[in-house]
Amino acid sequence: MIIVGEKLNTSRNSIEEAVRKRDATFIAKVAREQAEAGANYIDVNAGTFLEQEVDYLCWLVETVQSEVALPLSLDSPNPKALSEAMKRHKGEPMINSISLEEDRFKSLLPVITSQPCRVVALCMAKTSMPTTTEERVQVSSELIEKLTGEGFPLEKIYVDPLVQPVSVDTRMGIAILGAIYKIMNDFPGVNTICGLSNISFGLPERHLINRNFLALCIAYGLSAAILDPTDKQLMATLLTVEMLLGQDEYCGDFIDAYQNGRILG
Amino acid sequence: MDDFKALSDAVIKGDIKTALAETQKAMDAGSSVRDILNKGLIAAMDEMGERFSKGLIYVPQMLRSAKTMQECTKLLEPFFQEGDVISKGKVLIGTVKGDLHDIGKNLVSMMMGGAGFTIIDLGVDVPSAKFVQKAQEVEPDIVAMSALLSTTMPAMLETIKALQKAGLRDKVKVMIGGAPVTERYAQKIKADSYASDAGSAVSKAKKLLGVS
Repeated sequence: MIIVGEKLNTSRNSIEEAVRKRDATFIAKVAREQAEAGANYIDVNAGTFLEQEVDYLCWLVETVQSEVALPLSLDSPNPKALSEAMKRHKGEPMINSISLEEDRFKSLLPVITSQPCRVVALCMAKTSMPTTTEERVQVSSELIEKLTGEGFPLEKIYVDPLVQPVSVDTRMGIAILGAIYKIMNDFPGVNTICGLSNISFGLPERHLINRNFLALCIAYGLSAAILDPTDKQLMATLLTVEMLLGQDEYCGDFIDAYQNGRILG
Repeated sequence: MDDFKALSDAVIKGDIKTALAETQKAMDAGSSVRDILNKGLIAAMDEMGERFSKGLIYVPQMLRSAKTMQECTKLLEPFFQEGDVISKGKVLIGTVKGDLHDIGKNLVSMMMGGAGFTIIDLGVDVPSAKFVQKAQEVEPDIVAMSALLSTTMPAMLETIKALQKAGLRDKVKVMIGGAPVTERYAQKIKADSYASDAGSAVSKAKKLLGVS
């Protein structure tokens, strides 16, 4: 499982404040903690700064990469912010995200083909949001075909099946799981990725819902997740499920995480 | 008031069967359609909105109550007479241009509809010109906008400017909401009100129009 650490997002108050004050020490600490907890990528998002997003995102890239030797997930719907942040990024970033929305696709395509990177392909159609498994698979297939048609390597695509709240429509959970399964089977080599928290919008005990959803997603084939790797209960679920699915040789990762105090039952 | 407690309770619980039976019972007993609607159904939805704002109930419970109210309203509809349905105000609502998210907007529409407002829903990805054109046509009391992306929030300001240009800004109240939207942003773009959830959207709208 590829883990993208989600904490450096300015929609969190503490992060917004630190970024506003350019508190590099605090940002570095949050990045370091996620890296030590097992993140493979560190997500950076400065979306709340609106007009100043580009500056702040670039600052985040430089600040985080001077602390941890990891690639970043550059998180913005704004092509300008992504392209500027990418120029400052060392190594191969994950671009989060592209979708079929026409303006977004057109303006991002030159960005993601300008240098080696991975890309999150968000399952958002041109003029609507998909709900059923079939709609999600349809949009993903179109996105994958368009991207690979432009020479973008399949194994560097991370399809996000678009997680929507089960509180609004109880069929949402199974629609997303079905889409993960079908996409992984239809396009061997492609990745699937998602965030978890949208699933539990409008309900109590959100952490409980999120981690059980993660377990199901992994069982249906999810290969990457955007989450808080410092959440020991969540990581316990992740590692346990991987082990139970035969993805952890000699149960090594599970035992290692236990012995190093990284998981909590 | 007490006459409608069983009906209100059934709507609050989202118990369609009991709510329909209570509605029928009230009609048979000679209650006016207007009283059943206001003192039974709308009162229950008001209560749900308040509870939701306080975090006492959750989205599925709200949806269930709204569905229950809709079913009861269908039963009453054939008997509606002029003056039975007094709208609390006309609300033109939509998700702004470039944004396809509709869940929050739909919850707000549903709760406001349940509370007795008349809702005109423009859907998602609504350009400012569309807001203006429809506002000219239906003359709403409130224009409500939703955005779920930080990149589409500026479209709220654009719409406010467009309303101004069309000479409509003084004739309507503007409400905004959505995950990245804040009270501070509402003040910055000179919206009249910001609502953080579907329940508070109802109370804020009532406050804006001075209705209860």
